[in-house]
Amino acid sequence: MKPNTQQLNDLTIQVRRDILRMVHAVNSGHPGGSLGCTEFLVALYQNLMDRKEGFDMDGIGEDLFFLSNGHISPVFYSVLARSGYFPVKELATFRLINSRLQGHPTTHDNLPGVRIASGSLGQGLSVAIGAAQAKKLNNCSHIVYTLHGDGELQEGQNWEAIMYASAKNVDNLIATVDLNGKQIDGTTDEVLAMGSIRAKFEAFDWEVIEITKGNDIEAIIGGMNEAKARTGKGKPICVLLHTEMGNGVDYMMYSHAWHGKAPNDAQLANALEQNYNTGGNTDY
Amino acid sequence: MKKYINTGSKDTRSGFGVGMTELGQKNENVVALCADLIGSLKFDDFKKNHPERFFQIGIAEANMIGIAAGLTIGGKIPFTGTFANFSTGRVYDQIRQSVAYSEKNVKICASHAGLTLGEDGATHQILEDIGLMKMLPGMTVINTCDHNQTKAATLALADHHGPAYLRFGRPVVPNFMPADEPFIIGKAIMLNEGTDVTIVATGHLVWEALVAAEALEAKGISAEVINIHTIKPLDEEAILKSLAKTKCVVTAEEHNILGGLGESISRVLALHQPAPQEFVAVNDSFGESGTPEQLMEKYKLNNQAIVEAVERVIKRK
Repeated sequence: MKPNTQQLNDLTIQVRRDILRMVHAVNSGHPGGSLGCTEFLVALYQNLMDRKEGFDMDGIGEDLFFLSNGHISPVFYSVLARSGYFPVKELATFRLINSRLQGHPTTHDNLPGVRIASGSLGQGLSVAIGAAQAKKLNNCSHIVYTLHGDGELQEGQNWEAIMYASAKNVDNLIATVDLNGKQIDGTTDEVLAMGSIRAKFEAFDWEVIEITKGNDIEAIIGGMNEAKARTGKGKPICVLLHTEMGNGVDYMMYSHAWHGKAPNDAQLANALEQNYNTGGNTDY
Repeated sequence: MKKYINTGSKDTRSGFGVGMTELGQKNENVVALCADLIGSLKFDDFKKNHPERFFQIGIAEANMIGIAAGLTIGGKIPFTGTFANFSTGRVYDQIRQSVAYSEKNVKICASHAGLTLGEDGATHQILEDIGLMKMLPGMTVINTCDHNQTKAATLALADHHGPAYLRFGRPVVPNFMPADEPFIIGKAIMLNEGTDVTIVATGHLVWEALVAAEALEAKGISAEVINIHTIKPLDEEAILKSLAKTKCVVTAEEHNILGGLGESISRVLALHQPAPQEFVAVNDSFGESGTPEQLMEKYKLNNQAIVEAVERVIKRK
């Protein structure tokens, strides 16, 4: 039974609380992009992906997800833990010495749910293409999902991969771009304007779907289901997910300032106030 | 005491092609990836026989390494192929994060390593690749010496789980390793027993070391020749056993003197059994255009250079 919208929204608030507390605890990490992608990852793992019980690296017989912009690890770890991949209490070890929850995700410590290291940007789409092609060789009809930052598209390897995926008809792949228009040094337009990302993907012969309300669970599920329906038809699918960096915490929104900065004690309390615990005391 | 004879010259890289052809038939999980160099890597037969398992990536090496890492997720055993420079230096970060740190079962196979690429010049002649790859935690580093050994190493890698770098050259060189010689990753091969000096060689320099040993014998110097095909993990035991007898060593490789086999041997000596060492390697320089023979002579990577290094090291005992 898939959770209903109310349950997904409640879980989104819980994940937001996790992100804020994880980053605050070590005074380190990336809350902005994590908060902006919370609804997406909750919808992906709780509604959209066809997942099997347990975790194995090959993931044959299930959908796969690859996080390319590894710095938004807080949201990834929280959603993985709350989807049953590892104990929720382990979130308290984020970025601490001897933890499996490294600053950026790694397979090195066998954390269930993680299939590739990411952090150095621009590599995830290539990996996802390889995994998608392995699925075809294995006659596995499941889908490979990815998430990329928009700033991350400035890395050239993406464009090698984008060119390849359509040329080789990798049509069991849905690549999602988090379009929040911000990166460390400012807006993407200020740092390195990329023009129309939609036009670029279309020029590379991808199917493009836009989800303009990228922080709305129902809009995400609707748009992603449309994307799923377009798989298997010869073209890779790109989803442009319009999000707000720092979504759900008023003082973090509409700025790139919280890309990689942790809240202090008062700021944490304020942020948690804005995200009331709706599911009882389920903080880790 | 010579155990191995030249059975006729062949190109080293064709050993890789023959190995891939055999693997294609033997192991259905083996897949091949190529960055627009099918002919150079001798992938023709694999592509013809298993088109569904052959991935033409185009001139996009970073994407190739990432796709290879992804193919392992699903149980495939990817062998990537391009020139050594584009297999390593160009894609170091991709190998570091998506392959080595992620512990993916990718075999990075590199032809045209070193100076013997010849006329293309320094842009294509990487002399730093052994160093780059051996510094990556968990990476196995293999440098084969001839056609037969390259084939054997290719087959062995399919059964070895973990990231690996297989380095070989373009030219036609003496083929002297027996076709049935087992390739055991990490196990050095004693080619010639001797008492006065240990010559530790890798890649194309192994044959030159055997030629040098004959010349030395004529001069009354008994040289032990060890073929180090696996630079990492290094067979320290074989080296120390030989050094206990000879008390001095010459290392020989088609690589920069910095970061190569020679430095790996120096570390073993420093830790366990200090002894005089001389290096036959490129002296911290880029290469240049020329025939392979001219380059090996100019950069002092041939049998005469090994003989001279032996004469120097023996005086230091």
